[in-house]
Amino acid sequence: MRDVAIIGIGLSRWGEIWDASLRTLWTEAALAALDDAGLDHIDAITVGCMSPGLFIGQEHLGGLLADELGMAGVPATRVESACASGGVALRTAFAEVAAGLADVVLATGVEKMTDVSGDECTAALAAAADAEVEVFPGATFPALYAMMARAHMARHGTTREQLAAVAVKNHRHGSLNPHAQFRQQISVADVLASAKVAEPLNILDCSPITDGAAAVVLADLATAKRLAKGRPIVRIAGVGQASDRMALQSRRDMTTLPATTAAGERAFKMAGKAPVDIQLAEVHDCFTIAEIVVLEALGLCPAGQGGLQAESGRTALGGALPVNPSGGLKSKGHPVGATGVAQAVEIVTQLRGAAGPRQVPGARVGLTQNMGGTGASTVVHILEVAS
Amino acid sequence: MSPLNPARTAREYPARYRLEAARCDACGAVSYPARLVCPACRGRKFSPVTLSPEGQVLTWSVIHVGPSSHKHEVPYALAIVELTGGARVTCQIADVDPAAIRIGMPVRLEFRRIQEDGEAGVIAYGHKAVPA
Amino acid sequence: MNVGIVGYGAYIPRRRIRLAEIASVWGADAAAYERGLGLHEKSVPARDEDTITMSVTATRRALARAGIDPRDIGAVYVGSESHPYAVKPSGTVVAEAIGATPAVHCADLEFACKAGSEGMFIAAALVKSGEVGHALAVGADTSQGAPGDALEYSTAAGAAAYIFGTAGLVATMEAQVSFMTDTPDFWRREYMHYPRHAGRYTGEPAYFKTTFGAARMLLEKTGMEPKDFAYAVFHQPNGKFPMRAGTQLGFTREQLEPGWLSPWLGNTYSGASPIGLTAVLDRAKAGDRIMMVSYGSGAGSDGFVWAVTDRIDEVRDLAPHTREQLDNNKTYVPYGVYAKLRGKIRMGE
Repeated sequence: MRDVAIIGIGLSRWGEIWDASLRTLWTEAALAALDDAGLDHIDAITVGCMSPGLFIGQEHLGGLLADELGMAGVPATRVESACASGGVALRTAFAEVAAGLADVVLATGVEKMTDVSGDECTAALAAAADAEVEVFPGATFPALYAMMARAHMARHGTTREQLAAVAVKNHRHGSLNPHAQFRQQISVADVLASAKVAEPLNILDCSPITDGAAAVVLADLATAKRLAKGRPIVRIAGVGQASDRMALQSRRDMTTLPATTAAGERAFKMAGKAPVDIQLAEVHDCFTIAEIVVLEALGLCPAGQGGLQAESGRTALGGALPVNPSGGLKSKGHPVGATGVAQAVEIVTQLRGAAGPRQVPGARVGLTQNMGGTGASTVVHILEVAS
Repeated sequence: MSPLNPARTAREYPARYRLEAARCDACGAVSYPARLVCPACRGRKFSPVTLSPEGQVLTWSVIHVGPSSHKHEVPYALAIVELTGGARVTCQIADVDPAAIRIGMPVRLEFRRIQEDGEAGVIAYGHKAVPA
Repeated sequence: MNVGIVGYGAYIPRRRIRLAEIASVWGADAAAYERGLGLHEKSVPARDEDTITMSVTATRRALARAGIDPRDIGAVYVGSESHPYAVKPSGTVVAEAIGATPAVHCADLEFACKAGSEGMFIAAALVKSGEVGHALAVGADTSQGAPGDALEYSTAAGAAAYIFGTAGLVATMEAQVSFMTDTPDFWRREYMHYPRHAGRYTGEPAYFKTTFGAARMLLEKTGMEPKDFAYAVFHQPNGKFPMRAGTQLGFTREQLEPGWLSPWLGNTYSGASPIGLTAVLDRAKAGDRIMMVSYGSGAGSDGFVWAVTDRIDEVRDLAPHTREQLDNNKTYVPYGVYAKLRGKIRMGE
């Protein structure tokens, strides 16, 4: 298996982008990544997108987007794993390069979410849960995570304020990120006073609805060195993916994320690293409780102590383990299919030392964790500066 | 695509109307709804079993922002209920004061309307929990 | 061969609205309405309750008391004027939900407020004929009155289910009669949302004439007198009519009150006298005789005489008692919520 590096990164505009379609957003990100890499050709394209069919009535994104980029001819494939679609697109591209099927692959993620009403958006996202077992009786994603939160609070004594602390921290980080959708700082009191969505979660516990795209260019290490332009080369040191029982009710312990644990273990093993080696992480904080349980699942904090991490400042910029320096899904935005790729964009930016006011000093090893549904799909990447 | 396509709705009747489930002949794990492979042991032989309608709340939420299919019902309580015998269901808790819901609260499943396909389409029935 | 009831069950929704609340919306004199109708409050179905759901729950309660295998039920009749589908039976859902399919005869019945007793009449007769071993009859309604109309103060929701058989009886049927004429006192035309009624014509020439007709047929057929009965249950479109009909026939308040639910329940239409009978069975003793007379506009009455057996003591507590459902766990809703639950608010798409 060949070593693989990320040699180009790009983001489209993120937010409620009323004047841009899916194809426009995607092309913005793809062009930015190609320009960053200094390339005008690629061998293949992967596209992570959760539900273009429900959001804009468009399937077959591989063909559509290769054509938009003027690259009709290259193999182009959409991959889907709900909100982990972007991370899985990255892993798929990694596998192609590592296997020698291609030397340079454009791994992308995109979602256009604001062309449907709020109700339709809720319903489209709910399609990532079990349609018969969970959605039919009326479950929503906030409600499923809220039930995880309730279980975590009962089992570990996690407090409502500790949930809020995750959102407060991520908004503070996002305020330093010119690319974030919501850059205002918020307080614990703001979160507690915000509108109820699915008790105990309020609107400020939830990541927003976002239009956006992200892209990275992957290349084998030899190609990467040739195109380095003097910048640090960021290598994908470890990749892990795992699945779990689909419905939350099937998980014996609803305060854990076994797929995240398994994906993390696989990535750590491949990278020859342990949680203690991780200097910063971009994790899937689709809801505040998610960041808490993900940190526990990855071994980045002890089981049951996820609630203390943001509250104590450990996971804030300046803390021992900054988590979601980009602002995370909560503040930066969550165009679901794009998120997994955007997490890698942030870690590469940090490892290049180019993150400006939100830079984690001396960052050399970072982790991304991207999950779909209530955790039935998780993909973890460990990135490091190649020596 | 409608979740209330008539054929799709009708094929769920055994589970939704009668709480029919499948007990794995090899390991005894109960799958609800019934399936072809036991998720616990990959057994492929099952015996039919009917779930008890009695159970208790494992965790719950009160939904204030609902999907289109349930938006006029908000706020409504959703729970994961463990039934006597160990099977779990995700269902609403009907006829309840949200402030009274607790983990461990005893509930009983009752036959209710779950969704309807507009004013002219099929009505989908199933079970909701009510305080026991 | 004796034919009778082997299991019975009732279901009353938990929500209520007070008459005073309805009156306050329409500027009506609440005290006068309560006095005039003899009603204080009525049951209100939730958005997730309808004739089918109430029928299933009432039937499951009847099955719990009957202690029979649902596959032994050979006929299912659901009587209602508020079937959720105009075309497609309620009974198929009920039969499927209780596990009585597929070897079962099934029909939905409609005869204004007596569709439930119609089912009982047919089910009992079918068992008597020997064609089926057990037959289920349900009376259930989520009836509606037009906003502001006098009917809106009484139209309520509830269900009662009866399983008929020949063994394990809790009440033997000693007589069944039907009295029917074409009397245009109340109707709802196809595609109309609310029914119309003929005002005071619904009283003497309709309800009372027909109820008396069936009751007198029963007395004549059995050679019994009112004093021979422990209880009597009449259709209860409001609080006043059943009490007036019963006392005019010679029954005492003591015989009538146990099955007289309407003052706090409202008119459950097809469920009305059948639910009343469940409340009586909940307290009856072996040997008690019960007269039950339904009434459905249009107009007809079915009448029955039941003789309670000693098995009643074994089954009474196997399902929720009717009075407890009526008196406990009530949630009162304001008119706005009632209007939403009953689909009276015009919604955007």
